[in-house]
Amino acid sequence: MSTNRGLVAHHFEDIEQQRDVEAFGMWMFLATEILIFGAVFTAYTVYRLRYAADFEAASSKLNVLIGSINTIVLLTSSLTMVLAVHATRAGRPKMLMICLLLTIFFGLTFFGFKAVEYYEDYEEALVPGLRFDPGEWAERSPPANAGHVQLMLVFYYIMTGLHAVHMIVGIGLLTWLVYRARRGTLTPARYMAVEVVGLYWHFVDIVWIFLLPLLYLAGTHRASDLHF
Amino acid sequence: MNAIFADVPLFPERASTTAYQVDALFFFLCAVCGGMAVLVAALLLYFSFKYRRRGEDDRTPRITGNHRLEWFWTIAPLFVFVVMFVWGAKIYTSVSEPPPDAMEIFVIGKQWMWKFQYPGGERAIENLYVPVDQPIKLTLASEDVIHDFFVPAFRTKIDVIPGRYVQIWFRPTKVGEYHLFCSQYCGTNHSQMIGKVFVVERDDFRKYLDGRKATGSLADQGWQLFLKFQCNTCHSSNAEARAPVLEGLANNMVTLNNGKKVRADDGYLRESILNPEEKVVQGWQPIMPTYKGQANEEDIIKLLAYIKSLKPGQTPSRNENSSPPLDAPRVPPKEKIEPGDRKPPYQPEGQNGKP
Amino acid sequence: MSDAIVRGFVPQAKARPPRTPETHYLNVEYGVKSWLLTTDHKRIAILYLIAVTALFLLGGAAATMIRLNLMTPRGELLPADTYNKLFSAHGIIMVWFFLVPVVPTVLGNFILPMMVGARDLAFPKLNLISWYIFTIGGIITLWAILAGGVDTGWTFYTPFSTKAARTNVIPTIIGIFISGFSSILTGLNFIATLHRMRAPGMTWTRMPLFLWSSYATSVILLLATPVLAMALILVGVERAWGIGIFDPDLGGDPILFQHLFWFYSHPVVYVMVLPAMGIVSEIITCFSRKPIFGYIFVAWASVGIAVLGFLVWAHHMFVAGQSVYSAQVFSALSYLVAVPSAIKVFNWTATLYKGSISFETPMLFALGFIALFTMGGLTGLMLAALGVDMHVHDTYFIIAHFHFIMVGGTVMAYMAGLHYWWPKMTGRMYSDFLSKLSALIIFVGFILTFLPQFVLGYLGMPRRYHVYPPEFQILNVMSSAGASILAVGYLLPLIYLIWSLFAGKAAGPNPWGATGLEWQTPSPPPPHNFDETPVVTSGPYEYATEEITDVH
Repeated sequence: MSTNRGLVAHHFEDIEQQRDVEAFGMWMFLATEILIFGAVFTAYTVYRLRYAADFEAASSKLNVLIGSINTIVLLTSSLTMVLAVHATRAGRPKMLMICLLLTIFFGLTFFGFKAVEYYEDYEEALVPGLRFDPGEWAERSPPANAGHVQLMLVFYYIMTGLHAVHMIVGIGLLTWLVYRARRGTLTPARYMAVEVVGLYWHFVDIVWIFLLPLLYLAGTHRASDLHF
Repeated sequence: MNAIFADVPLFPERASTTAYQVDALFFFLCAVCGGMAVLVAALLLYFSFKYRRRGEDDRTPRITGNHRLEWFWTIAPLFVFVVMFVWGAKIYTSVSEPPPDAMEIFVIGKQWMWKFQYPGGERAIENLYVPVDQPIKLTLASEDVIHDFFVPAFRTKIDVIPGRYVQIWFRPTKVGEYHLFCSQYCGTNHSQMIGKVFVVERDDFRKYLDGRKATGSLADQGWQLFLKFQCNTCHSSNAEARAPVLEGLANNMVTLNNGKKVRADDGYLRESILNPEEKVVQGWQPIMPTYKGQANEEDIIKLLAYIKSLKPGQTPSRNENSSPPLDAPRVPPKEKIEPGDRKPPYQPEGQNGKP
Repeated sequence: MSDAIVRGFVPQAKARPPRTPETHYLNVEYGVKSWLLTTDHKRIAILYLIAVTALFLLGGAAATMIRLNLMTPRGELLPADTYNKLFSAHGIIMVWFFLVPVVPTVLGNFILPMMVGARDLAFPKLNLISWYIFTIGGIITLWAILAGGVDTGWTFYTPFSTKAARTNVIPTIIGIFISGFSSILTGLNFIATLHRMRAPGMTWTRMPLFLWSSYATSVILLLATPVLAMALILVGVERAWGIGIFDPDLGGDPILFQHLFWFYSHPVVYVMVLPAMGIVSEIITCFSRKPIFGYIFVAWASVGIAVLGFLVWAHHMFVAGQSVYSAQVFSALSYLVAVPSAIKVFNWTATLYKGSISFETPMLFALGFIALFTMGGLTGLMLAALGVDMHVHDTYFIIAHFHFIMVGGTVMAYMAGLHYWWPKMTGRMYSDFLSKLSALIIFVGFILTFLPQFVLGYLGMPRRYHVYPPEFQILNVMSSAGASILAVGYLLPLIYLIWSLFAGKAAGPNPWGATGLEWQTPSPPPPHNFDETPVVTSGPYEYATEEITDVH
């Protein structure tokens, strides 16, 4: 393995062991991540079952159109991420750069939509503690318990917020990859860096795939609700 | 020296039937666990002495295990554990079910005091008087954070959690004065959220209550609140009623508008005052406003006592001059329900009958 | 011995006095930078040792104040608020900044890579980052505690922590949250190392038991810590926002917090005690010169504890109004988790049988561990019985029980491990007399401190009481007296261990005649642990000198 001299850190026997350990480490980290989200998902499920009608009522007010668009945006970003890994292994630096930048672009697009959505939520008085009208919910037919609606909305902000924090970390990692790609250090032998970031990025996408039905699709939406 | 240690308390007083049950299990556990501790300690000491190193040339055998022995001490404890578990679970279960003839006393915990309300409307703080040899059921609520009602002499405790009722019961067996502690940390003066439980003879208990001079029984006080909050505007129990009849409701089964049946226990009644739209009785509209913020835990206890005391025909008639409650909807429910269509909201049953 | 290092007990030649090698990890580089930027697991272990010891002293100081205050029933020494802040500080520091990290990060970091025959952990940089995360979390928490304090207890029960408390709850939570990632990264590093970095020939069943228990611990750290992190975040959000998901006013459930909290905090008890058990398995075999009795049972007991430990959290909530049915389920499961612990105690005891037992300091601590841990475990059985828990829940009985497990168990074993591996870490021997004296003082002081608390608890003295009825005074004074002895016992090693750095005799590579791979390299070890990758050809505890094999 003399060709890999310099690539292998001092404490590994060879490059295979090193790559193996790096992927293994990321999978372990994702196990932790699952439980980070798992804790909130569990808490959400407890109340979702207890206050089903109110949670559905609150869900109906969320912007399912933006939620769906963001799902497509994120899924596309996963595709470009996979292509980036492929490009690294195939030794195509130009394609790698394009794919990384596209992934970042889709990530930022997600944030753009998310910002619009949060602003709308504020406009529609869906922010407990900041702008929220309990009377509006009591007068609905059938009336919803404003307390439970607020519970649901608090979950909505915590869960999407937590997801957004992960997206920011992901974009940070991608930016670091872009930097390395520019310096030309992402050679095929070092594809593991891209692969590991890719694992993380896909995980963050998958979380969103769970958030969409849990939060947005819990309640019924009318066609007239589909707007920005 | 002896004089000092004579004062060391080693065992708490026993003043309830539960205390004897708990102590019996505790002694059993002490015997079994103590026996195990002595056995392990004796083996450690014996081996340490017998097989101490006598020289650098000591020979040691290559014993790597004995599966039969190891399976034995893996399985054998399970049999002992089953006894411990079943015994413990039995006591716990019996404590969770108050006997039907229990006298009910309401307890409210708040930072940092205990408040008591007797069925006759008498109120007290800090000191709880109970008659001896009479099962007592406590219904507890908290106005702020989690507290815990703990009487060591009764060997029982319960966390008092805000937002719900919890229950505990005991049957005092011995006249005396016992500690009452809050045993769930609740802030600065947690250690001073204490009181006394006085177990007294029945006559003394009656005298005690007489001395408290209540302004009417708990139910009477609830009746006043019932009028003050103008509950009878809707719960008028006549043809124009806009809300279910409350007479004879307590502790019977209620059918909700989602088809589920629930028992109208204290927790249900409390929730229906604070979160009326949560469990709406079948055939009625969810028009009742919440009384959160208007009725505190003490008020709710009084209202509950009143509702439980209501016999058919006793609901105060609606006073035409009285305006509806502040938050009540201005428009009455749209659809008129024919009297014949309306199913009785509850099916009367025996006091403790199961559906 | 150039091709492979062969294991087996070889009595040290007496003619040759042990020497310290010329280059080792401690003197290969000098200067503050060489320490603060090191990726050597051994140096990081020393960094942790310093941080954790400092925090232990702070937590101990809080304990001292608590015990002093409880000398009198009226609590004249401290105001109620100060007392509440002190027991909160004691719990927070001791649980999250001492007991959880101490064995994995100090002894685990130092020994684990050597035990598997690796040159370092799988992720050396991550290891250093964990130390920084731990230190930053620790500093934030300490700042929160010193600048105003926090009075929620270490449990942060809602709604007290979200609504009623008027103290530094959020900064404390942030500190704990941050340091939690240090736990996660350490666990991740250990698992990756144990899976992928074992030396040739080091099969799973040839691993020393310390590695099995470290593995089980790491799994718990990896899977339980994130749940705590989120539970604390939710408390922080509710407190900052004024509205949140444990809020009873909205229909939220304060008990849900307890479920999330104990889903972490019960398994974390096993994070504290599992590595301690691993240490004891190493020491008992070494000082009785016997292979462990029933390797497979002891190894799988660690795994069993880790798995079952996740299923018993609600036994902390038997009086919190849970349904009778769920209380029964959790009570039954709690009895199941006692079984693997019992297996370990019996197997350690059986290991002594027909051994050649010498009572060096580590062995004294290890025997102390078995005695005290057994008592802690047996009182745990009493608590698992629903009928008794009803009475002793949240009293001093619980306090005594978990101090038997955590102090009598974890801290005793940590002391055992520290004294066992100290010659390896520093290349120096400490005072034999003083160390044995301290083992004795700690044992006696511990018993005196915590045995009266069992009685106090059954009498009904609730925990977290600043003042108490006067009839409890004598037992409290006994406990406080014991605590002062205990304090001396803990300060003594600080003196003679530091003294040994300057005046201790050279230890030589293997002062105890132990078999692990870590003893096959010089003390202190060279920067990359082994000059050549060791090859393992036998099981971990080949101490026996007779070739009589027991029939299974």
